[in-house]
Amino acid sequence: MLYDVVIIGGGPAGLTAGLYTARARLKCLLIEKGLSGGQVATTEWIENYPGFDEGISGPELAQRMERHARRFDLEIINGTVVDVRLDGKIKEIVLDGDKLYKSKTVIISTGASPKSLDIRGEREFRGKGVSYCATCDGAFFSGERVAVVGGGDSALEEGLFLTRFAEVVYVIHRRDQFRAAKITQERARSNPKVEFILETVVEEIEGEETVRALRLRNVRTGERSRLDVKGVFIYIGYRPNTDLFRGSLALDEDGYIITDDWMATSVPGVFAAGDVRSKALKQIATAVGDGAISAVSAERYIEENF
Amino acid sequence: MSEAVKSVTTDTFDNVVLQSQNLVMVDFWATWCGPCKIIAPVVEELAREYEGRVTFAKVNTDENPDLASRFNIRGIPTLIFFKDGKILDQVVGAVPKAQLKSKIDSLLG
Repeated sequence: MLYDVVIIGGGPAGLTAGLYTARARLKCLLIEKGLSGGQVATTEWIENYPGFDEGISGPELAQRMERHARRFDLEIINGTVVDVRLDGKIKEIVLDGDKLYKSKTVIISTGASPKSLDIRGEREFRGKGVSYCATCDGAFFSGERVAVVGGGDSALEEGLFLTRFAEVVYVIHRRDQFRAAKITQERARSNPKVEFILETVVEEIEGEETVRALRLRNVRTGERSRLDVKGVFIYIGYRPNTDLFRGSLALDEDGYIITDDWMATSVPGVFAAGDVRSKALKQIATAVGDGAISAVSAERYIEENF
Repeated sequence: MSEAVKSVTTDTFDNVVLQSQNLVMVDFWATWCGPCKIIAPVVEELAREYEGRVTFAKVNTDENPDLASRFNIRGIPTLIFFKDGKILDQVVGAVPKAQLKSKIDSLLG
């Protein structure tokens, strides 16, 4: 079986690409390794996606996007891609378990994953107080003190979410300024449960069975301190999921896939969309736009080359 | 709901999990947890594949908070392996099926 389009990754970019290609009646397959919606599926609440004027929960938006794509008979399977061969006219995609798919075009929408701090205790206490998902794990910290590490939108939004459960939420950030949207900063500053620890980095996570404390260092004064917390939520940015494509596609210095305005990568017939792509703004709204463009580009490429 | 994975509560936990002769895998989960929805069908499949050799159970952490705190659950999904009433191993997060199978196979010896 030869597909017209194989889409790797089922977040907003991939699901939109799938919606467009399926609606164009192309023979299309979407491969998702986890849960449809990607990062959206683990985001508590979304209030900047147009059309949902009262906001929408992340899992619900993810389910709606999947349902929308399936309505046009998009084929979605669960699996992990372990190898790709993109150079030939016919692209090959190998899944965990050695199942092979062949396609005329490939759309890569594998997104990005949370970065880790790479400090002592982080791996050891994963799920024992160290978390990358406040919406998944926040409820286990009722009445406790927790810390959020980072200064972007995710850090402050998830920190605010944690105030529903925790007694105190410390926001630890290595700079004295936040990158987060102004409205989110204002909410964090006016929330009595949020305390800021600025110009500070976490050097070690301590505990026995579970997390007990963080070892901190002030980057300006060099002063070290200890902070008692039961949980630490890490939101220090993202890493593109491009390990599979290293060596076969042109990537930027941070590992994101370089494309043109039509989402075309350095290899003909291969397109990239969403957070995995090197671009100025990573939002659901922009991922959806990328997905639509990549689908139309793939369709054109097939018309011209097959 | 399939019965391959037994739903256990505070009242039934000791009987189903701790007093079992089998290796027991317990999935701690909640309805609002996205990654739990990924792992649930995998656990169902494993329960059918290892039927008779391994017991599979699940604990809703919202309905049984005392079990969650008794086992220091700080994130879900958490999968804990028990044998003869003792914890042998545990896995946090939605991990691939192949990884769970090799863990179970090594614990079965």
